[in-house]
Amino acid sequence: MNVETGAERLPQSPIIRPYGDTTGDGMVQLSFTLPIPHSKVAEGAAAQLANKMGMEPALVVHARPMGPDFTFFVVYGPVNHLVDTSKVEVVERDYPLLTPKEANAAIKSTLRRRLVVVGGCIGTDAHTVGIDAILNIKGFAGEKGLEYYRELKVVNLGAQVSVPQLVERARVENADAVLVSQVVTQRDAHLLNTREMSAAFRESYPSDKRPLLVVGGPRFDESMADELGVDRVFSRGTTPGEVASFLVHRLTERRAG
Amino acid sequence: MSRPVKKLDLDPATVRQARALARRVGRPIVGLARKHTTIAVERATLRLAGLAGADAEGTPWVNRLADVVRADLDEHGGLGHGVALPVWDALLRGEADDLGTLAQKASAGSIRFRLPEGRDAARARAASRKQVATGIRRIDARRRERDRLVKRIGDAPRQPWIYLIVATGDIYEDIPQAQQAAREGADVIAVIRSTGQSLLDYVPEGATREGFAGTYATQENFRLMRAALDETSRELGRYIRLTNYASGLCMPEIAALAGMERLDMMLNDSMYGILFRDINPIRTFVDQRFSRQIHARAGIIINTGEDNYLTTADAVEAAHTVTTSQLLNEYFAKEAGLEDWQLGLGHAFEIDPDLPDSFRLELAHALLARELFPAAPLKWMPPTRHMTGDVFKGNLLDGFFNLAGALTGQGILLVGMMTEAVVTPWLSDRDLALQNVRYVMNAAGNLHEDFRPAPDGFIATRARRVLGESIELLDLILEHENGLLDAIADGTFGLMKRPPDGGRGLDGVARKSSAYYNPATELLESPVVQERAKRASRDPEAAR
Repeated sequence: MNVETGAERLPQSPIIRPYGDTTGDGMVQLSFTLPIPHSKVAEGAAAQLANKMGMEPALVVHARPMGPDFTFFVVYGPVNHLVDTSKVEVVERDYPLLTPKEANAAIKSTLRRRLVVVGGCIGTDAHTVGIDAILNIKGFAGEKGLEYYRELKVVNLGAQVSVPQLVERARVENADAVLVSQVVTQRDAHLLNTREMSAAFRESYPSDKRPLLVVGGPRFDESMADELGVDRVFSRGTTPGEVASFLVHRLTERRAG
Repeated sequence: MSRPVKKLDLDPATVRQARALARRVGRPIVGLARKHTTIAVERATLRLAGLAGADAEGTPWVNRLADVVRADLDEHGGLGHGVALPVWDALLRGEADDLGTLAQKASAGSIRFRLPEGRDAARARAASRKQVATGIRRIDARRRERDRLVKRIGDAPRQPWIYLIVATGDIYEDIPQAQQAAREGADVIAVIRSTGQSLLDYVPEGATREGFAGTYATQENFRLMRAALDETSRELGRYIRLTNYASGLCMPEIAALAGMERLDMMLNDSMYGILFRDINPIRTFVDQRFSRQIHARAGIIINTGEDNYLTTADAVEAAHTVTTSQLLNEYFAKEAGLEDWQLGLGHAFEIDPDLPDSFRLELAHALLARELFPAAPLKWMPPTRHMTGDVFKGNLLDGFFNLAGALTGQGILLVGMMTEAVVTPWLSDRDLALQNVRYVMNAAGNLHEDFRPAPDGFIATRARRVLGESIELLDLILEHENGLLDAIADGTFGLMKRPPDGGRGLDGVARKSSAYYNPATELLESPVVQERAKRASRDPEAAR
């Protein structure tokens, strides 16, 4: 969803430029590395790059050789670009990003019990790297995995789980959500497996009792959820915090609604 | 290791009490480890005997062979006898000329393994011992080679050793990056493993070019990187150490490969795999003991993982869990034969910088570790939790981290990056981070000579309190009927409940039968080694 930023927070004019120490001076700072030895030419090259980025004049305030082949630069200068805040487009996540603390608090106050997550890799896929990055307490990208969340009960079934096994375990555990990771994509195995999985859950649960179905993997298209019969698709680079926030959002909302 | 003057005035009786409690907690675990073997220990034994390589699908021959032996003996105790007797019995029966051929034939189903008895068993025992001894001799030779190279080329010029990470996923990218990092000042290079390798129940084979946020630990990757760093060591006139990870389901095998390829340090924690990777506790303790015996033999310095406790729990509230874990890691390490200079006990600078007196608290915790383990090269880990993406603030925080390291005499300093949690370090990030380290060491490297915390001041009081809390935690563990195992099961360590009959790799654990034989264990526990370990773990004070 694209929305325009609320106007009441903006200065009077939607047209702005960076601020150094005087309104309208347009000053920015920039640092980067060029793959050439330090020399007058290197400094000129840095200024040229800054010029091309819209900094005019560009002040190369620091140049430092890093080994024989590289030079690091710090450049200050005004940019000639204007920014129109009325034309800023923001893609909004349709759920708020929560810290583990906030997620725990939301579960506690809404569900009044721990939220149960069952996860695994289905089919012949033996790559647990995705599901483990999300579920293991070790986590991914500096975020702790779902096991870290006090109010989440995580059952990680690991690799090569069959769809009937997954459904059975979800039933036994009274799962609120089922997380499936698919890394292998040969002959669209990830799509076929996901459809088989969502069909199995639809068959064995009444629609209002079915756990939330979430799939993830590096080759999934996030817009395919409906087509695959799942509630959400996560793609490359998804962090545990995003998954946890989504689960909490959907499940506590469902309960509240 | 330089031994700083005592600054905290810790009560020696309290310190002795803490060690005695750690010993009481650890001893039953050692008993448990002695009574069990694991599929990974057996595979490591085959690797020491020289079995290498993999089949066309990439499954290592050690996995193939060990799995067939286990399946053939399934009705008669399976893994519980170990693989050495059935394997060398088959070789002596003429089923194959060498281990490689035997593994191929076994996976084709053309060999039936049995548990030899009487004279057959004695002959198999002798033959296996002879062959596994070649692997142990290789480890010994590699250790001597390291000593020789350090002597001839020169060692890191100062402490702490500067520890830098590379992690491209491609060994051929890692190599020039590691060499460049060494030229920029790194004394130790760590190659981060691919995400999830710890949960693979086999060691991948060959040079690898694809990993997730890291590079697979393989024998060939070890060899390539060590050879490249040897070259760079000669160029720079100081021996550059190489680090990898002996953790996860293949801990013993990776330890064996590291010993045979002359790696210098290995990440190896007593409980990390259990708590953070949900690996079965018994599997972990058995694998850990064997891997530490190899590290002891190979002259490898272990790095323990206490920093992980602080990335999941509050660094002030959980400070005593670090101390407790260090005491346990020390006990298990000494029992396995490691010496003080091999104990890179971990801790980290992870206190919320917004907390008043956070730096004084950091100093208290770091000094406590320093004085509890005066002869160990402590591994000092940089801030990660409170690195927000504000790279300017991050650089300042890293400066304070470096200062705390200098003031408290840390042995190994993992260089913090201001772009932590933003990107994998750029060339310029590493350069700025090393400038930061150099500035602090140059400006304040000897400040520890003038640094005397007041005997009843904030720092000394805090350190005593943390030690006291760790003693309480050890007491709490001992109150459990089954000690440490029960404590791990009921979540005494943070949020993770890990029962001894759960977790990954449980099916690879077996109780040793009366016929069990493992030549590697026998060689590693030879009377001389054992005596040293016993003495060290019984009375660590006397061993110093």
